[in-house]
Amino acid sequence: MNPLGFPLLSLLTWLPLVGCGIIMSVRGDEATVASNARWTALWTSLIVFALSLVLWVRFDQSDPGFQFVESAAWLPQWNIAYKMGVDGISVLFVLLSTVLTPICILASWESITVRVREYMLAFLVLETMMVGMFCALDFVVFYMFFEGVLLPMYLIIGIWGGPRRVYAAIKFFLFTLAGSVLMLLALLAMWYSAGTTDIPTLLHTVFPASMQTWLFLAFLASFAVKVPMWPVHTWLPDAHVEAPTAGSVILAGVLLKMGAYGFLRFSVPMLPAASASLAPLMFTLSVVAVIYTSYVALAQQDMKKLIAYSSIAHMGVVTIGIFTFNVQGISGALFQMLSHGVVSGALFLCVGVVYDRMHTREIARYGGLAERMPAYAFVFMLFTLASMGLPGTGGFVGEFLVLVGAFKVNFWLALLGSLGMILGTAYMLWLYRRVIFGALTRAELRDILDLSPREVAVFAPLVILTLWMGVYPSSFTGFWDASVGAMVEHHQAALATAVKLAGVLH
Amino acid sequence: MGILMVGVLSKRDSFFLASMLTVGAFLLAAALVIAGPAGQGYNGLFTTDTFSAFVKLLVLAAAALGVIVSLDYNEHANLRRFEFPVLMLYATVGMMVMVSATNLMSLYLGLELQSLSIYVLAAFARDELRSAEAGLKYFVLGSLASGLLLYGISLVYGFAGTMEFGRLVQALADPANASAGLIVGIVFIVAGLAFKISAVPFHMWTPDVYEGAPTPVTAFMSTAPKVAGIALLMRVMASPFGHLLVQWQQIIIVMSVLSMLLGSLAAIGQRNIKRLMAYSSIGHIGYALIGLAAGSQAGLRGVLIYMLTYVFMNAGTFACILAMRRRGRMLEQISDLSGLARTDPGLALAFAVFMFSMAGIPPFAGFWGKYFIFTAAVQSGLWTLAVIGVLTSVIGAYYYIRIIKVIYFDAAVEAFDPRPASLSVVAAASALFTTFFFLFPAPFVAAAEAAAKVFVF
Repeated sequence: MNPLGFPLLSLLTWLPLVGCGIIMSVRGDEATVASNARWTALWTSLIVFALSLVLWVRFDQSDPGFQFVESAAWLPQWNIAYKMGVDGISVLFVLLSTVLTPICILASWESITVRVREYMLAFLVLETMMVGMFCALDFVVFYMFFEGVLLPMYLIIGIWGGPRRVYAAIKFFLFTLAGSVLMLLALLAMWYSAGTTDIPTLLHTVFPASMQTWLFLAFLASFAVKVPMWPVHTWLPDAHVEAPTAGSVILAGVLLKMGAYGFLRFSVPMLPAASASLAPLMFTLSVVAVIYTSYVALAQQDMKKLIAYSSIAHMGVVTIGIFTFNVQGISGALFQMLSHGVVSGALFLCVGVVYDRMHTREIARYGGLAERMPAYAFVFMLFTLASMGLPGTGGFVGEFLVLVGAFKVNFWLALLGSLGMILGTAYMLWLYRRVIFGALTRAELRDILDLSPREVAVFAPLVILTLWMGVYPSSFTGFWDASVGAMVEHHQAALATAVKLAGVLH
Repeated sequence: MGILMVGVLSKRDSFFLASMLTVGAFLLAAALVIAGPAGQGYNGLFTTDTFSAFVKLLVLAAAALGVIVSLDYNEHANLRRFEFPVLMLYATVGMMVMVSATNLMSLYLGLELQSLSIYVLAAFARDELRSAEAGLKYFVLGSLASGLLLYGISLVYGFAGTMEFGRLVQALADPANASAGLIVGIVFIVAGLAFKISAVPFHMWTPDVYEGAPTPVTAFMSTAPKVAGIALLMRVMASPFGHLLVQWQQIIIVMSVLSMLLGSLAAIGQRNIKRLMAYSSIGHIGYALIGLAAGSQAGLRGVLIYMLTYVFMNAGTFACILAMRRRGRMLEQISDLSGLARTDPGLALAFAVFMFSMAGIPPFAGFWGKYFIFTAAVQSGLWTLAVIGVLTSVIGAYYYIRIIKVIYFDAAVEAFDPRPASLSVVAAASALFTTFFFLFPAPFVAAAEAAAKVFVF
């Protein structure tokens, strides 16, 4: 089954549910239950994280195929199986999910005071869904996890969110569902055409060109909403603003990556002809997203909204990278996804820190925090710079590689894409200046406290990761070099065959 | 076979005893269905095969759940009369006959036995105006539908010269033999049956009757007769008129699209949960009809799986609705559920599971029903229907998650009265089935597949 002889990925996926079982069995008064739930959730997610480190260590970087594969019969008549496995593209996202979950739980330690048990349950279920989705090697299994993510996230936004949480939660749910159901039809069509939903098999199945376009559009409906791409991004600012801090972290850190991961796992390798012919569309949408949402970000009064719009811009860079179809572009997209997962998550945590103290996210209500909160100012600065893509931080490597990839395709694409970086610098620095620098004019900010030890513990791993990614990126890119190389080769071979076929026919 | 059970209890006067005996009779009948041999009886009026066995088991399960959820309600609503379970028993016998009918005459008899019992059940709370109105409305419209059906049957008999399914198949083996009169007859039969399963445009009665009838009767009406009705429609369309697929497919497609649209759009504005469930059931029938419209074994299999998941979600939801009682008064407004997650987390969780499942969110059972239905539609190339289906399911999801919103997001109000054990059992069992269906779908799918194999297209 796999080198370790036991189903590691299934364990990673389902272990959080065991934690759920323990949390549910706790009895007692509300305070006991809350504290038990917190500790159980933290320990469960830490154990999952520790186990996921095995993936980091034992993953064979030279193998472009799937590793740690396990499978069990599920619906054998239809060639649908429970199959799990990771390759270079997905393995780090599993790790990203397992890293962010304990951080989120720790970050909501004090800010969540009502219905703590349900909150922790929702987060553990969410972890199961996220990890399962990145590990799934069967399309039906993938779809179940992909949609399953909606349930806990809907509850997290709706129960523990801000004043307009109901609107945001329902909008989030319906947008995402509308996209996913079209993907379901694409799934069924692929199953009908190929006779199986096994992802490794589908990767090498050639679908007829006319069908590819339709399938691609159906996938696009689903993944574009998730990424989110312009013009279906409108759910994201609402969801981010209303979600509790940890919810925003997971949303930005992992959920947005699901869409881009979907493009990389399904659209590009399975539908090469349609991907190539529709790439201009994807570039246009991405460039519009990068420039338009950056401008929108400049105009925001609310910190979370600003970061939400910057997320859309950054994800636009990711989709540009994916559809360049060259090693640099895709590798850069993957790197950007990882670093954005860490950095934007961290930025939302930064907002959460001051929000917990002042209960407002309005930029104008802050100013001069550097005086009172030096440690906070440092951490915030680091992530601001990383978000701008300063060399030495994780943000730089990804954007640089994507732009290199984009240059190979089209000069204007790269130029317009890099506009996003400039605008990004503008809005992030401006945000930072207005919140941290200037005179401390407001009376209520005078006795604001700096980071508590718990908050330091939350930020420390993210700081380390961001710097590590910036300083020594090859310890991350090494994971996917082989897989991305194989994917690009496969893509070009498929296109060449298609051209040859067309030549024969004419 | 089901007929054996009728005589079991005629002179019992204890409601509880009668109910228990009825459930016992259902169990016995289920055992007999499983053990019974396949074959024909009564000169081809009555057939048992894997299809009838599957549907009968489902009908019996649904009916048994219906009896159990009625126990407590009838205690409180002063409807403690032994006729109640006996009528349910009669209705179920009617359904068993319907499911096994292989002659238009026995089909009609079964349908009428079922309908008459349910007319009475709908009006069972005779001191209450709404219930009487519901019963009367259902009766008048139902009789009209029966008339249509009967007229259709007579047309078919007139033009084909037989009412036996086997002979009809032979007579219609060549679609060219089908005369216009026969087609008109089929249209009338479809119309009559569509009324029974409340497919648009024959759905008008559903919201009013669902709202007016005593809640356990609504629970019963929305499960077992729906299963039997759609099974009957499947058998009639697939077996005697199977060769006329091209002719009836159009009608089914139109009904399916209209049902899905109306079911999802009209439900949005509802405030009363029973009315909402009425529109929801119309929508669900629309999805099930997609499978029939596919006109393939895969489609029929999809319908069977869909109905299987539907029965459990629906019975569970009604168990939850029946638990909505405050200081002895039944509540029916959606807003009464406000903050249920605080006051009764268990019930709230079950309710949420059913709502997510009805919206078709994986991994719950409702997703699998839709999955197999859409699989069939895609296989038959019914792309438009499939796209309309998934999009209406998104619209439908809105009102399901709105209920979850009320339960989980809104401020808590006063708690409900303690739940009786019978409702908890039904809700919990259905919730478990709905949640964990994904772990073991294979045996159910295989059974449905075997059942669908009875029909050849």
